Amino acid sequence: MGAFLELVGVRAGYGGGDILQGLDLSVEEGSLTCIVGPNGAGKSTVLRVVSGLLRPTAGTVQFRGESLAGRSPRAILGRGIVQVPQERSLFPTMTVWENVRLGAFTVHDRSLVAKRMAAVCETFPIVAERRHEPAASLSGGQQKIVEFARALMLDPSLLILDEPSMGLDPKTRSLVFNTVRDMNKAGRTLLLVEQNARSGLGIATHGVVMETGRVRLQGPGQEVLDNPEIGRLYLGATA
Amino acid sequence: MRLLRQANNLKVSGIVVLFAIALALPAISPDPATTNIAVFTMMYIGLATAWNIMGGYTGYISLGHAGFFGFGSYTLGLLLAHLGIKAGYTPFLFVPLAGLATAVLALAIGWFALRTRAATFVIVTIAFMFMLQLLAENLVGLTGGGGGLSFPVPPWGGDYFNTPYYYAMLALATLGLAISWRIRRSKFGLGLLAIRDDEDKALAVGVPTRAFKLTAFVVSATLVGMIGGVYGYYVTYIYPQFVVDPLIGISMVLMVFLGGLGTISGPVLGALILEPAQLWLAYNFGASRLYLVMYAAVFLGVILLLPRGIVPSLVELVERWRARTGPSASAPSKAVAP
Repeated sequence: MGAFLELVGVRAGYGGGDILQGLDLSVEEGSLTCIVGPNGAGKSTVLRVVSGLLRPTAGTVQFRGESLAGRSPRAILGRGIVQVPQERSLFPTMTVWENVRLGAFTVHDRSLVAKRMAAVCETFPIVAERRHEPAASLSGGQQKIVEFARALMLDPSLLILDEPSMGLDPKTRSLVFNTVRDMNKAGRTLLLVEQNARSGLGIATHGVVMETGRVRLQGPGQEVLDNPEIGRLYLGATA
Repeated sequence: MRLLRQANNLKVSGIVVLFAIALALPAISPDPATTNIAVFTMMYIGLATAWNIMGGYTGYISLGHAGFFGFGSYTLGLLLAHLGIKAGYTPFLFVPLAGLATAVLALAIGWFALRTRAATFVIVTIAFMFMLQLLAENLVGLTGGGGGLSFPVPPWGGDYFNTPYYYAMLALATLGLAISWRIRRSKFGLGLLAIRDDEDKALAVGVPTRAFKLTAFVVSATLVGMIGGVYGYYVTYIYPQFVVDPLIGISMVLMVFLGGLGTISGPVLGALILEPAQLWLAYNFGASRLYLVMYAAVFLGVILLLPRGIVPSLVELVERWRARTGPSASAPSKAVAP
């Protein structure tokens, strides 16, 4: 059986040359794969390719054995690949409940929406607790949790998170990473891109280090984190 | 939970009492001066509610809704004239047709206008309104041009004269409120609010933004067109500057802003405050148009002191007070104003 998500020899960029230079990457079902690397390594570009926001100039992208080549972002969303973007994406004046409900806007079965809403409330109690409050009144970390909750309303097969800890204080960051880990423990497959390599690899089942558009190293998250060379290059002298 | 249920019961009771008062008003105070104010107040409750379905829920500010008002008015007048409908209650039955014609016009205008956003949309709606005004003035053979268009004069008179119009306006205002309430609680309404917050994000979560905006625009214009029809029959004589009047459009907007943009009760409150005040000024200071100064003052006051309008500001005050006092301090506050 092939990988859940598999990228082979992918080249992609934004017009000024390819950022991804023949990338090979695979994500196993049920894993929490974390991609780390320096700025400009092409981490976010990988996510854009998988979500269909950027078309590769070469290589193949397969999800559950089916090619994603040429598919629109909407079609890819329909295949169960949901991305939580780096920037804040909630509707600020709408309530927490409305924001989460919007996650299943394309689902027309009301009983299914209600069922997912109940499941999301169980996973993320903040959704029920602060359901009537506008999203803008939540802290940055809480907003990120609500974004996760909204993404889960589509019951994604693969949840992609683009730097979820960006701009958060250390305490909130830890709340966000714990939530990501819990989602994975609950059986969800996650692909995470993270600037904060130590925290990202710390919760990942599979770690990937990228450099200049290629995978430099990969393996179990803890192994990658413990690798002395990676530690020296990306995690600071204490690693 | 119990508090929430009590608040809901109180709200429903309040609505029933207000509606009963509105129904009984011509019997309670039948003098024409009062019922005349009531007709116009009810008219503006309907207009502001209709405008709010587009402007309040989607955030697309139309300053050209007076065009639909005038179009509905002219449509009913022309229908009555060409079909030879006699005065009486029958003309009221043709009001939905005026609404239907306005819907078709709104569909065509919205198709183009809604390709624009923000300030450009505002300008396009103003341009469309003046275009309609010019057409009404220049298509003399159809509309009577500057000479105006007459409606059949109703056979009833005395204290009863205003009553049928009052109930027609009440029916349309109630219809508008029912539609607004239903939209606010529907998936469609959720999509409209998402558009208001961030149209691109709304598109990203799967909201068919173009279709939703157009639907809201058409629903809003249809209601305004029907109200315009009843208005034409009430005043029995219309001319372009009188019914395609920018001030009618601005009044709707101001009432919504004063009461609370995007709320259900806000437009009602705004109309209940502004329209009687405007008529009082008109009665007491003649045709000096002093009410325009009042409008300007109210608009400035709203923008400076209550930018979110009365209803959302009051809700926020109550929530703050509840958060400070009593055991409900930890209960979540309600962000959605009624």
